[in-house]
Amino acid sequence: MSAVINSETKKVLVTPLINENPITLQVLGICSALAVTSQMSTSLIMAVALTSVTACSSAAISTIRNHIPSSIRIIVQMTIIASLVIVVDQILKAFAYDISKQLSVFVGLIITNCIVMGRAEAYAMKNPPLQSFMDGIGNGLGYSLILVIVAFFRELFGSGKLLGIEIFQLTKDGGWYDPNGLMLLPPSAFFIIGMIIWVFRQWKPVQREEADFKIMEIAHGEGGHH
Amino acid sequence: MPNEAKKSQSLQKFEPYMEKLEPYLEKARAYRDKVLAMHNDSLEKTIAIALSICFVCAILVSFAAVALKPIQQHNKALDMKKNILEVAGILEPGMDIDSAFAEKIEAKIVDLASGDYVEDIDVDAYDQRKAAKDPALSERIPPEKDIASIKVKAKLAKVYLVKSSDGQIQSIILPVHGYGLWSTMYGFLALDADGQTVQSINFYDQAETPGLGGEVVNPNWRALWKGKKVYAESGQPALELIKGVVDPGKPGSEYQVDGLAGATLTSRGVTNLVRYWMSEEGFAPYLAKIRQNGVG
Repeated sequence: MSAVINSETKKVLVTPLINENPITLQVLGICSALAVTSQMSTSLIMAVALTSVTACSSAAISTIRNHIPSSIRIIVQMTIIASLVIVVDQILKAFAYDISKQLSVFVGLIITNCIVMGRAEAYAMKNPPLQSFMDGIGNGLGYSLILVIVAFFRELFGSGKLLGIEIFQLTKDGGWYDPNGLMLLPPSAFFIIGMIIWVFRQWKPVQREEADFKIMEIAHGEGGHH
Repeated sequence: MPNEAKKSQSLQKFEPYMEKLEPYLEKARAYRDKVLAMHNDSLEKTIAIALSICFVCAILVSFAAVALKPIQQHNKALDMKKNILEVAGILEPGMDIDSAFAEKIEAKIVDLASGDYVEDIDVDAYDQRKAAKDPALSERIPPEKDIASIKVKAKLAKVYLVKSSDGQIQSIILPVHGYGLWSTMYGFLALDADGQTVQSINFYDQAETPGLGGEVVNPNWRALWKGKKVYAESGQPALELIKGVVDPGKPGSEYQVDGLAGATLTSRGVTNLVRYWMSEEGFAPYLAKIRQNGVG
């Protein structure tokens, strides 16, 4: 096995967590990150669902990568991803009914999550199955990491709970904590993700993007000429 | 190894068929090798790959859907019972839903037109949502009366009663449904024995916009319904959702519930479905009989 878990596998598993995180560096898949993060439990299930879909679809696409006609490449990827998402949705409906009800359309929307398709196109089309699988797991975990961090803050400050267990006693139950209602609304996830991106880029300056436009410094005395 | 012997025996049964199949399999294998060797962008390979991907994916999806269906249906039935217990106000976390339901809740079938109970029918087997789709068991609603936009309704409705130990009705739980913005919302409305005061409402199946119309499931909003009155003095259903917040001092506020912010159409849908099901078209004849007779 040690030969299988080589440096490349390790790389694809670890780099998407911090250095090439799909949410903070590539800013992909944030739609669902806004929608499902008001509670830890829903975001954990969503994280597991997305990770398994990304890993399995990458592995499946990589297995047949040498035989996919380029003219129907994208639709073949979509078919495989969509089928896996339906399977995951059916499994959730069977074994985690309440959470699947809360996640409602967002499980189905994994199909449109840019991370899944992005990994299929960018990595699985060029690399062998096992590595693609690991790449899917890695990127899924990178997404999960951000999702869980966001959900942690939203659930803690929005309802004083973590995984449904009371941490801060709310004022309406005679405690001291007055919950921040904004945290329960999707925009709060925007602020938190923004702050996470800021922290990441402060910590790892490599991740900063070049500005698209730079304001020109006008040399002294040249202004006013046309 | 009796198991293995059994296995090979049962396999033997298939052997003659396998032999007959063999030439076809051979051809299939040859075709597969031919296709795989083709240039990726040739028309034939494109079609062959597209078809086989669809075939494999279709099998995967249908297998998952069929194999998991019994568990999903059980979950759905359990969820329904949970919702009924919840709307009746007797749901406690961690309780055994099946036994609590069997113990506390009595299901009855009501003929909507006359408001009488129908006894000669298997109550457990009757599914009102299925019946609404069956032309023999349902009736078309004339468009001018169809304020809840549901087009057809089952002639018989399944209601649930919660009774105290001495047989007095504590709550009447009525199934209601109607169209919101995107979806038909299915729910239960629980009334006091007077058939007038609301105890609670909940929706177990809806697909309104999460965060806006989807807030019909929000416990804080649903708590606003408690104690509201359904019928005005004229006998017409008057309960409605209003824009903004109800001013409890105003006359008529007992017929009003706060509308859902940012979900005007869903709110209107809720008003319409409550009014429809509480009207003569819905449960008004039944509720009138309950009020008359005391005990259902």
